[in-house]
Amino acid sequence: MAEPLLQARGITKRFGGKAAVDGLDLALFPGEILGLVGPDGAGKTTAIRLLCGALRLDEGEVTLMGLDLRRQVDRAREHIGYLSQRFSFYEDLSVMENLRFFAEIRGLSGVEWGPRANEILAFVGLAEFTERRAGKLSGGMRQKLGLASALVHRPKLLLLDEPTGGVDPVTRQDFWQLIIRMVRQEGVGVIISTPYMDEATRCSRVALLQNGRAVAEDTPENLRRRLAGRIVEVRGAPLAALRAAAAGLPGVADVQAFGDRLHVRLAAAEPETAIAALRAVLAGTDIRLDDARAIAPQLEDVFMAYAGRGEIQDA
Amino acid sequence: MPEPVIVTEGLTKRFGDFTAVDAVTFAVEAREVVGYLGPNGSGKTTTIRMLLGLLRSSAGRAEVLGYDIDRETEAIRQRVGYMSQKFALYDDLTVWENLTFYAGVYGVMETGHLTDTLARVGMGDLHRERVADLPVGWRQRLALATAIVHNPRLLFLDEPTSGVDPLARRAFWDLIYELVESGITAFVTTHFMDEAEYCQRVGIMRAGRLLAMDAPSALKREALPGRAWDVRPADLLAALAALEAAPGVQRVGLAGDHLRVIAAADVEGAALAKAAGDGRAGVEVTPAEPSLEDVFLALAG
Repeated sequence: MAEPLLQARGITKRFGGKAAVDGLDLALFPGEILGLVGPDGAGKTTAIRLLCGALRLDEGEVTLMGLDLRRQVDRAREHIGYLSQRFSFYEDLSVMENLRFFAEIRGLSGVEWGPRANEILAFVGLAEFTERRAGKLSGGMRQKLGLASALVHRPKLLLLDEPTGGVDPVTRQDFWQLIIRMVRQEGVGVIISTPYMDEATRCSRVALLQNGRAVAEDTPENLRRRLAGRIVEVRGAPLAALRAAAAGLPGVADVQAFGDRLHVRLAAAEPETAIAALRAVLAGTDIRLDDARAIAPQLEDVFMAYAGRGEIQDA
Repeated sequence: MPEPVIVTEGLTKRFGDFTAVDAVTFAVEAREVVGYLGPNGSGKTTTIRMLLGLLRSSAGRAEVLGYDIDRETEAIRQRVGYMSQKFALYDDLTVWENLTFYAGVYGVMETGHLTDTLARVGMGDLHRERVADLPVGWRQRLALATAIVHNPRLLFLDEPTSGVDPLARRAFWDLIYELVESGITAFVTTHFMDEAEYCQRVGIMRAGRLLAMDAPSALKREALPGRAWDVRPADLLAALAALEAAPGVQRVGLAGDHLRVIAAADVEGAALAKAAGDGRAGVEVTPAEPSLEDVFLALAG
């Protein structure tokens, strides 16, 4: 196995006695996308700020490409690109002028920044908009300029803190295609925080955060496998009555309602037994059961299971 | 047959030369939860504003709760609730003060009713909390309370759970389902797939046009112009380019450590494996459950 690009051990940050990040261990390899996924207040944003040196560690250590973030933060930052939820630009400056500004604070010389700026703007798809004022960009274009600014100095580590909040699905799809392409082509490592499960599924590995700790960490595939055989999708009507009936069955850990179906989570992987029990309890009632089948668990099911009672036993 | 709560026929809104909403026709029945999914600028908000009587239509017609949207706006506004993504709450006021303010706007004065409304959203013991001190999930609930304080029969929700995690989203939607059980109809605009999954039916908007409206599972089954596959090649980017050129392949997307492929129904996994591996073996191809995003990108992308 290659050397990790970034290694964080036991990192901790307290605000007024309360630990926002509490002894977190993370490793990131080149070419990987690590997702930090968790509810509000789980410590996602604090963790990212610790990793880029914007916040000081109370405990623990972070090594980036052999550099100790506590003692060599300036040198380490040369390798870090950072895009936060609320990035901002000089609205009156053009796309190119903004990028030049970010390049210069990153220490790129006049000879270096021009070719790199053109390259990165072409990569994010803004090559035709270099003269447009940042204030006149659409949401998706602003996001691309944010990404270009974070990448202008060729960082080895890209930290993204909920970068797609408030953009529409087509724009989000474009953004992710860029990120994955960049990771594949340049071997950059990415750490991204998100509350969205559809984004988490695009990561190479996902760490589920709760109260500043990682309660699970694995590939999205493997996380989903932890619930194999334990999610039964149920359709019928009325859905509320069906939900109450399912929730009362022995062996049912949880029932989640969606618009036109239920996800019933079982305590053990015995879907046939549970489906038979459901049919039995519905017999003679006027609740209609249209379909009940074991389905491949979604990452959201896994998230719920961990958030609920921590009932998944780690392998 | 119950009276539909919303009916539109060829509903259209033009701003100058620009058609923001283009001949949209649909109906929403009582106690349905219907989503309106589309990217920014696709006409979602313009549609809602017409249905709320805030904006006159340019062509077509629509009725909300049996009232004409262009001629009977007052009657509509008394009977519908609206919760916007930017909750209009007063941060310096308490929960109770915020609620009484909105109740006053609608002429609802009875204290017992306000207490009941807070209890309905699970905030019965939080009367005295200042809004500024509440976490996002509770603000959301208070915003919902202010939208239902006048007992509306129809509730418009504009991205009600954007930016929240699945746990908070689920708690919020459980409240919505309880309201629906009690007889309310909900119309939800969103650009989040996760949120759309909570709707019984979902309409997909693109450039002012309603491209499809059906149950999420039906959309995944029927609106996708092919089958979904997960493809795991050795070289992701080379396989991406090869698959994009392969016959019958409709869309290829990078999904982290694999590719999501939508291909015509008659394309077999073996053909995809061959294309993705440049003839070499070892490419894993598995049938995938289509996501709402697959459907959305296929229709609107």
